[in-house]
Amino acid sequence: MTRAVDHRALNFPAQRTCPYAPPREYAELREHSPVHRIELPNGSSAWLITRHEHVRAVLADTRFSSDRGKPGFPSLLAGQARTNLSGYPMMISMDPPEHSAARRAVLGEFTVRRMQALQPRIQRIVDDCLDAMLAGPRPADLVTALSLPVPSLVICELLGVPYADHDFFQVHTTSLVRLSTPPEERSRSMGELTAYLSELVSAKQAEPGDDLLGRQVLKQRENGTEDHGALVGLAFLLLLAGHETTANMISLGTLILLENPAALAAVRDDPALTPGAVEELLRYLTIVENATSRVATTDIEVGGTLIRAGEGVICLGHTADHDPEVFAEPERFDIARGARHHVAFGFGPHQCLGQNLARLELQVVFDTLLRRVPTLALATPSDQLPFKDDASVYGLYALPVTW
Amino acid sequence: MRIIADTGRCVGAGQCVLAEPTAFDQDEQDGTVVVLTEHVAGEALTRTRQAVQLCPSGALSLAED
Repeated sequence: MTRAVDHRALNFPAQRTCPYAPPREYAELREHSPVHRIELPNGSSAWLITRHEHVRAVLADTRFSSDRGKPGFPSLLAGQARTNLSGYPMMISMDPPEHSAARRAVLGEFTVRRMQALQPRIQRIVDDCLDAMLAGPRPADLVTALSLPVPSLVICELLGVPYADHDFFQVHTTSLVRLSTPPEERSRSMGELTAYLSELVSAKQAEPGDDLLGRQVLKQRENGTEDHGALVGLAFLLLLAGHETTANMISLGTLILLENPAALAAVRDDPALTPGAVEELLRYLTIVENATSRVATTDIEVGGTLIRAGEGVICLGHTADHDPEVFAEPERFDIARGARHHVAFGFGPHQCLGQNLARLELQVVFDTLLRRVPTLALATPSDQLPFKDDASVYGLYALPVTW
Repeated sequence: MRIIADTGRCVGAGQCVLAEPTAFDQDEQDGTVVVLTEHVAGEALTRTRQAVQLCPSGALSLAED
């Protein structure tokens, strides 16, 4: 049985009523109109894709372009035709064959084996952050004490960014991912970050060190493809992608575990359960929404609906990861679910390059936090916490905790 | 069953390595899939089927021996 849903009645983006479940409007679309045309804040239109099956199909189909510069590519920013990017080439916005070549050039840095080798460094970073938090006053803000510095320090170390500059990155990346950031402030942050990274890349080109950027410089030099702009684009993407996403997963993941004491106790008592718990947190929270937009390059049918060449699509990963056809009782947080086919890292050729770094960081953080701070508790009732309802990456602005 | 891996399609997400580390690894240079055991059976086959389903680029398939 189907029921017509008036697209003009849907304010996009819709607001959540429960902090973890998809907005009711999206759940209704998933059931009754899974490929649905909507109006965007800037007045243009796009298709919303809400079912898990369709989201995977769209993201795996390279006839849907990732090029944010193409007319019709959906922008979630009001008053802007397109999503602003750094002006440097970034693989998130490339299509094959350019995308395949750019990704392959850096893939070796992100293998499961390479990530596992980073474990001791990540452990030290997490321990240092917790030492500082535990030595300070109670309550503490977990976002400032742990969620932001851990991924920030890890990605800065990976790229070879000096430790002293990581505060600078946090300020500007936060401003970039907040949808309500005024356009002038957004372009100022973009300018500051790209100027810094351009200088950093020049320094690596002058003296390539044993870090990701240094190795990329040498590799490009060997192939005769050394390209300053491409390296700045790569550094920018890795920094931005490695920062906010993991930070928000740490904050929200800690909150969910605190609200599910049985799961928390199970993970604390048996670290072998942590990978499964992290996977369920990824599915349950699916915090990144608009990195999974595309524009059709030809007429393509999705779920019986024809999407015309030049029309934009927005894959709602969070709604797809709560699709009851795929995940039984999707609103139940269940660390034993064993459901790894979520789309929290996207799907298709653009699936998150740093996903195994993110998994490792989250595993180390939760294992260490729960063991070292067994009395951890919220210092503010969860219904009064500042959730990021205005950001393109869902999360928390603050998480006051005590112990 | 026999594992078929298309390294040209592979995007190095590492999902197969996580699903069945005895059958899959990644090339150290370009991160693409390396098949460690071509023939799989029993529980390894179950986990390999999961790897095929999880692979984001459709680079993996299984064929009859």
